[in-house]
Amino acid sequence: MRKPIEHLFIVLAITAAVAVMLGGCSAEQPGSVDGALRVGMVFDVGGKGDKSFNDSAYRGLLHAADQFGVEHTEFEPGQDADRETGLRKLAQAQYDIIIGVGFLFSDAMRKVAVDYPDVKFACIDFDPRPGETLPDNLAGLKFREEEGSFLVGVIAGLFSKTGRIGFIGGMDIPLIHKFEAGYIAGAKYANPAVSVTVAYAGATPQQAFADPAKGKELALLQYGRGVDVIYHAAGSTGNGVIEAAREVNRQAIGVDSNQNYMAPGNVLTSMVKRVDNAVFKTVQSAVEGNFSGGLREFGLADDGVGYAVDEYNEDLLTEEMLSVVEDARQAIVEGTISVPTE
Amino acid sequence: MNRFARLSQLLSPLVAVAAAFLVGGLVVTAIGENPFRIYAILFRGAFGSIDAIGLVLFNAVPLIFAGLAVAFAFRAGLFNIGGEGQLYVGAFVCTLAGLALGGLPAVLLIPLLILASAAGGAVWAAVPGLLKARFGVHEVINTIMMNFIAVGLTSYFIINMLREPGQMTPQTSEIALAGHLPRLAGPLSRIGIPLPQANPLNFSLVLALAAVWLAWYILYRTNLGYEIRAVGMNSQAAEYAGINVRRTIVLAMLLSGAFAGLVATNEVMGFRHRFLDNFSSGLGFMGIAVALLGKNTPLGVLLAALLFGVLNTGALEVDIFTDVPRELILVLQAITIILVVVGNEVFARRAAAREGRAAGVPLPATEPSREA
Repeated sequence: MRKPIEHLFIVLAITAAVAVMLGGCSAEQPGSVDGALRVGMVFDVGGKGDKSFNDSAYRGLLHAADQFGVEHTEFEPGQDADRETGLRKLAQAQYDIIIGVGFLFSDAMRKVAVDYPDVKFACIDFDPRPGETLPDNLAGLKFREEEGSFLVGVIAGLFSKTGRIGFIGGMDIPLIHKFEAGYIAGAKYANPAVSVTVAYAGATPQQAFADPAKGKELALLQYGRGVDVIYHAAGSTGNGVIEAAREVNRQAIGVDSNQNYMAPGNVLTSMVKRVDNAVFKTVQSAVEGNFSGGLREFGLADDGVGYAVDEYNEDLLTEEMLSVVEDARQAIVEGTISVPTE
Repeated sequence: MNRFARLSQLLSPLVAVAAAFLVGGLVVTAIGENPFRIYAILFRGAFGSIDAIGLVLFNAVPLIFAGLAVAFAFRAGLFNIGGEGQLYVGAFVCTLAGLALGGLPAVLLIPLLILASAAGGAVWAAVPGLLKARFGVHEVINTIMMNFIAVGLTSYFIINMLREPGQMTPQTSEIALAGHLPRLAGPLSRIGIPLPQANPLNFSLVLALAAVWLAWYILYRTNLGYEIRAVGMNSQAAEYAGINVRRTIVLAMLLSGAFAGLVATNEVMGFRHRFLDNFSSGLGFMGIAVALLGKNTPLGVLLAALLFGVLNTGALEVDIFTDVPRELILVLQAITIILVVVGNEVFARRAAAREGRAAGVPLPATEPSREA
């Protein structure tokens, strides 16, 4: 290539020509048609279809759409910078309320909420800085995952016959440590002699929260060492843990969504994190005109977290177990048990 | 090189891109959407406003650095798959320096952090380079392993030792203000280009363009560049000609890693101002595709990175405002690369065939002989 600069100009000219031609086709500008409230949702790693955290948020959105007739769109950012860009695009397209699913949206939400004071923002698992006050149009929604995890830990501790239980987390990060710490505390509360094997799936979000094969491999390892109950906090990586439980006929404990149905008889219970309720209530407050910003925490006391009992696992749980669990719940709500987060 | 060959150098990627859009359009039609509408939205997302064009450039900047890293090593016959690890280490060293050297004024701190980014990447790439030069161990396996080590180590340090106090998010505190690369919105609006203040495009773009020039200059205007290209074409011949092949390999890897490390100027100094665990999500690997599409030339890398910037920026718009999944853009990108590679091969063979006929030498064995 003797005169690269010549080529550069030709390429740019052609690109520009194509762009003008296609731009001329003028796509319809997004905008509200019938005055319905418009909700944008931006997912965390794993996205729609993870049967866990993101799907719980999506369920809440669909429920709200059903109930209030809101319009909605949703997407999953491909790279980190897309989080902020995507939020801005939704705000510019005049969405009324924008929900970010996952703590990774915290920084982007802070910036964008200030630039678009007329748009309402909500961030699931918001990560506040010490002493931070949020703008009026930003709601940070937090969950006390450790409380729900404590209760499923109690169930695991009571159920285990080998005295060995396991935990498989997605990524070795503080959010997932809350699940682990609560679970271990609950198991020791139920059975002080219990031993807990802990493993984490991966160092990248993809391996950590979207790799069922990795989850299955880790679970089979633990089951092979005499563990008979494994609690996972690993998004769709955890689907592999449940698959492993079904294969070797041991127990898994689901997370975020109720996952009991995924392997009936082999999912002991699920730690449900009611992201769906939080999303629904947030949309509801926007519809009813009483949305307010600020931090909000959901724990056992307001059913923000809990454990799932349904037709798929009721045969696994005895009356005695459930009464111990309910006592523990009462004690946590009243504050006589304080659950660790690290 | 004759006229035809030069023309084909330019045309084959363009034909490939056009063909890829055609095939992509068929895929869109197959899932029941109107391809013209989808492409219109894609191009609106990439060219519809000054803001959009700024985002295209912003998305292209890290790919320029990552692409240069791969292309540069490739010129020495080295396949550097380790861009991802090198850019993480570059960003990590840059962040550490930015946190530690808060007292310095911007005129000192900014150049220092740029050097730190390049140095971090260079050191990380030097390891496989040295292993190759000293023991002849293939660089592909070692650069890949170095990726795992970089991701694992930076994660560990960020989460356990450098995490911003009181925060759950796996990221460091902000680096010193004096180390932030200014955004381009201010200067550009002063000369009449109304780029919105919120647009993340920053001075790293200028650095990226300078890096393109620098890579070209080193490769084609210096002794080192000559040696690198000689080693890449035939290392035994180069050695016979008196070139120190081992030294050349190590230097090529060092420079390649430095280009990868410079990704930090955009991601840390220009945009995020901190190290977020796993911020890259595969930029280093995208660099391989960018280099391939750009035929391993600095200018080609620039153009390919811009094309990927257009696709990535447009993809977000398509993802948000239509039901077509973002995966379609991945399909488009992959089809483009395949077609470019195929196109290269076809054009190269035809060019060789023509040249051969003109010179009166027999055609290559792969071509059926026409004189027979």
